[in-house]
Amino acid sequence: MSAVAEQAAVRIQGLTVSYRRRRKLLRVLNDVSFEIGHGEAYGLVGESGCGKTTAAMALMRYLPDNAVVDGGRIMFGDEDVLTASDSTLRKWRGERMAMVYQDPGSALNPSIKVGEQIAEVYRFHKHLGKSDALAAAIEMLSTVQISAPDRVARRYPHELSGGQQQRVMFAMALATDPDLLVLDEPTTGLDATVEAEVLDLVEQLRAQFNTSILFVSHNLGIVARVCERVGVLYAGRLIEQGPAQELFQSPRHPYTLALLRCMPRLGMRKDTDRLDSIAGSLPPLGAEIAGCVYADRCPIARDRCRNEPPQIEPVNERHGARCFYHEQVPGIPPQAQGIEQVPAAAVEQEALLEVEQLVKAYGSGTNALLAVAGVDVHVARGEVLGLVGESGSGKTSLAKCIVGLIDPTEGTIEFEHMNVTKGRSRGREARRRLQMVFQNPDNALNPSHTVGSILRRSLQLLAGVRSKRQQDAELEALTRSVRLEPRHLDVRPSSLSGGLKQRVAIARSFAGKPSMVLCDEPTSALDVSVQAAILNLLVDLQRREGVSYVFISHDLAVVRYVADRIAVMYLGQIVDVGPSEAVFSAPHHPYTEALLSAIPTLDIEAKARIKLRGTLPSPSDPPSGCRFHTRCPRYLGDICKTEEPPWQESTGGQTYRCHIAPVELQRLQTQDADAADAAGDPVG
Amino acid sequence: MGRYILKRLGLSLITLVIVSFTVFAAAEVLPGDVARTVLGPYASQQQVDQLNHKLGTDQPLVKRYLTWAGDFVKGDWGTSPILNVPVRPLVLDRLKNSLILAGFALLLIVPISVLLGVLAALNYGGAADRIITITGLSFVALPEFVVGTFVIVVFAVQLGWFPTSSSVPDANPVDIFKQLLLPSIPLMFVLFGYISRMARVGTVESLRSNYTRTAVLKGLPRRQVVGRHVLRNSLLPTITVVSVQVGYLVGGLVVVETLFSYPGIGQLILNAAVSHDLPVLEPAVLMIAIIYLVANFVADVLVAVLNPRVRLAT
Repeated sequence: MSAVAEQAAVRIQGLTVSYRRRRKLLRVLNDVSFEIGHGEAYGLVGESGCGKTTAAMALMRYLPDNAVVDGGRIMFGDEDVLTASDSTLRKWRGERMAMVYQDPGSALNPSIKVGEQIAEVYRFHKHLGKSDALAAAIEMLSTVQISAPDRVARRYPHELSGGQQQRVMFAMALATDPDLLVLDEPTTGLDATVEAEVLDLVEQLRAQFNTSILFVSHNLGIVARVCERVGVLYAGRLIEQGPAQELFQSPRHPYTLALLRCMPRLGMRKDTDRLDSIAGSLPPLGAEIAGCVYADRCPIARDRCRNEPPQIEPVNERHGARCFYHEQVPGIPPQAQGIEQVPAAAVEQEALLEVEQLVKAYGSGTNALLAVAGVDVHVARGEVLGLVGESGSGKTSLAKCIVGLIDPTEGTIEFEHMNVTKGRSRGREARRRLQMVFQNPDNALNPSHTVGSILRRSLQLLAGVRSKRQQDAELEALTRSVRLEPRHLDVRPSSLSGGLKQRVAIARSFAGKPSMVLCDEPTSALDVSVQAAILNLLVDLQRREGVSYVFISHDLAVVRYVADRIAVMYLGQIVDVGPSEAVFSAPHHPYTEALLSAIPTLDIEAKARIKLRGTLPSPSDPPSGCRFHTRCPRYLGDICKTEEPPWQESTGGQTYRCHIAPVELQRLQTQDADAADAAGDPVG
Repeated sequence: MGRYILKRLGLSLITLVIVSFTVFAAAEVLPGDVARTVLGPYASQQQVDQLNHKLGTDQPLVKRYLTWAGDFVKGDWGTSPILNVPVRPLVLDRLKNSLILAGFALLLIVPISVLLGVLAALNYGGAADRIITITGLSFVALPEFVVGTFVIVVFAVQLGWFPTSSSVPDANPVDIFKQLLLPSIPLMFVLFGYISRMARVGTVESLRSNYTRTAVLKGLPRRQVVGRHVLRNSLLPTITVVSVQVGYLVGGLVVVETLFSYPGIGQLILNAAVSHDLPVLEPAVLMIAIIYLVANFVADVLVAVLNPRVRLAT
């Protein structure tokens, strides 16, 4: 697709928006200008708090009540969205401009059938009668590739899977063939394979509808895949803009460069590479900054940067960066350079955790749902086991059984040679030595206690430190080990940023000197730059203390970076397990293969992605034979349906559960363009 | 849906058994001796024992409960030893009177409260919202006897528009208003606060939800957004609150019925409790519990009809 067409579909000029908070105006968007051409996809990226969602919502003129537009225009054709009359706006919304958001489950009305919700658009904008509108809605559902659209149209949103819900949202948005489609994190919160499907859909629909797209996302990989041009927002300012490929391969703003370097890329390992992180933090909302907004965190900032706001400097005709010294950006050395990785504590042969034939069933009788269906897990002392799988795979149930939050239905769990199968009858010692870090630090910390008292309490309860003096000493050591400042101890968790909160949660779990910590998506709620810092911390702690982790994450690049061994779960069973590198390279289980190919990376070169058929079957009625056979891209025939597959021994200590022997699988998987080995490294 | 209803029904029955036992046990352990109350302070202990034996009050508690519960189900509620009349027609008649009063109050106040609650939510933070919210709060804070006395003094005594004491109206609409409007005002004051607040909160929440944003950004006019998308979800909690209030209304009429000397079940219960008239007290209280459970059950079914997540989940 060509560059910006002569007349852009949307032109945002000098958009400046503030939020009113306690009589003060806090600026969230500052003089943001960009254009989206006809049929072009423009990506807006940035971390939380940078103003990207405000920009998207301003385009639809759906800002919160306390938002004030201080200036700027949003030209949609010849008219300004910001000054259009209410009736014009109503006509535009849904007909000429439409939106798809994050979390489709809440974006659909729970008490109206989805067919009707789509039909509404036709009734109001195309003035179709009730039955015609519904017929058009069903037609649209088949356009977004929903199978059995007439049946789905009669369903309520909660009866659909996340992927289907998002397809319904797309059907609704594209019903009237709009000129502009605003996508606000449309795949965030969806599983990797579902995300890949939705992105495929976006690409297909683009070819079909020639709609202009504004794609807002924090995920650079996705934006690189979908968009032609990208703008990077930082603290309410557009700091860099250019063609996607060029911008991601040779960024010219120090922030863009740093952001790209924070991402763990496939192929990075904790043994060899330390992740880059960005020092400092985002300036507070509404801060008056005389010079460049990034100067405080920038490694090449000079006096001029602090006193004079930079304009967008052209790098070339289509690429610009808001930096006086953008020519020096490619020469900035990685932050992590020169910082030695903490040497690894040796992985001992001693088994720390032994889970045998674990079954967790919810409900009973014919309705029983087997969340975990006979799983063996072994973790050695000092080892990190990565647990990978999509929602519904049973990984969270397994983790909860291990940590003792729920009791397994069958099977045994042995930890440090103690039988800890039943969570409630666990002794204090077992609890102390087996800790957990949760995904969302907001809910994991008591909001009415100060950080200091939270940690003191853990020291007292877990480590049994009673005397005040000893507590003080331990507290200081603990605080230092997670790199919190002493001043953080006196505040409550709510006044800390997400990354700091997660540090507190990690400190809490390490208070009792555990030998194993279960990390359940510990960085999923965090921004990329914060994620890098937390991962570095977790790796350092693990190596220094010789702790074992069971590390759950949906982000394969993160798991590959952290884990020594990886177990892949599907529908309550482990289907692939072995040393990380072995699992990540062929031959591996066809499901692992599909998961790997689903990851959007910054590699621009198109790769053949393995598409999974259908949706995840219900764990209450798993398919016969091999549980993956209904969706397997390497389906052999009846044997997969009727016989449970055997464990196959692959190279490097990896085993997987499949009817295809390693040699044959190796041949099949290397024949195709292999996704796993093409670990791109665009930034260098 | 069928299973859901059966489940709710089963739960209601279990609750009923527990409630009936509690009512029975509580009434039986009330201080005072039934026979002594009936026969007065000058009767001999022998006479008292004899009457107790005749009434069965000297049997063990569980056995008496079973006999009593069996009789209750069979419709054999006995006679009041104090009033010397059969209990069943008495209680049912009084219950009917109370239901008439409560129904009148509900029919009048539920639509008004819901309407104003929704109105407040639609003007969230505005003048209408403040007025409605503050009015609701002040109304709830006013005790029933204060409001009751006030309306009697103003509208019955001084203006003479209404009778000072209300009797059961006949079918004539004018008579209905004449007899029931004054006693239902204190009730409506209390109900208005609860129901309008619930309707307001539910609507505010629904207005802020993502699906409302979807509806707005589809380009639907505001009337459609509110009517089709918001209200459908926002009034679900209100239904539950109304059903709970039905229980309050029927059981909590004591003050109002006494104030207006209206022959309802609240007044009956009060008198029965004071005069230790257990054969009247127990079925009367149980009937209120039944009304309460029925109201809750109806609310559950209604919520299920309106909310597909409940309807289809079980």
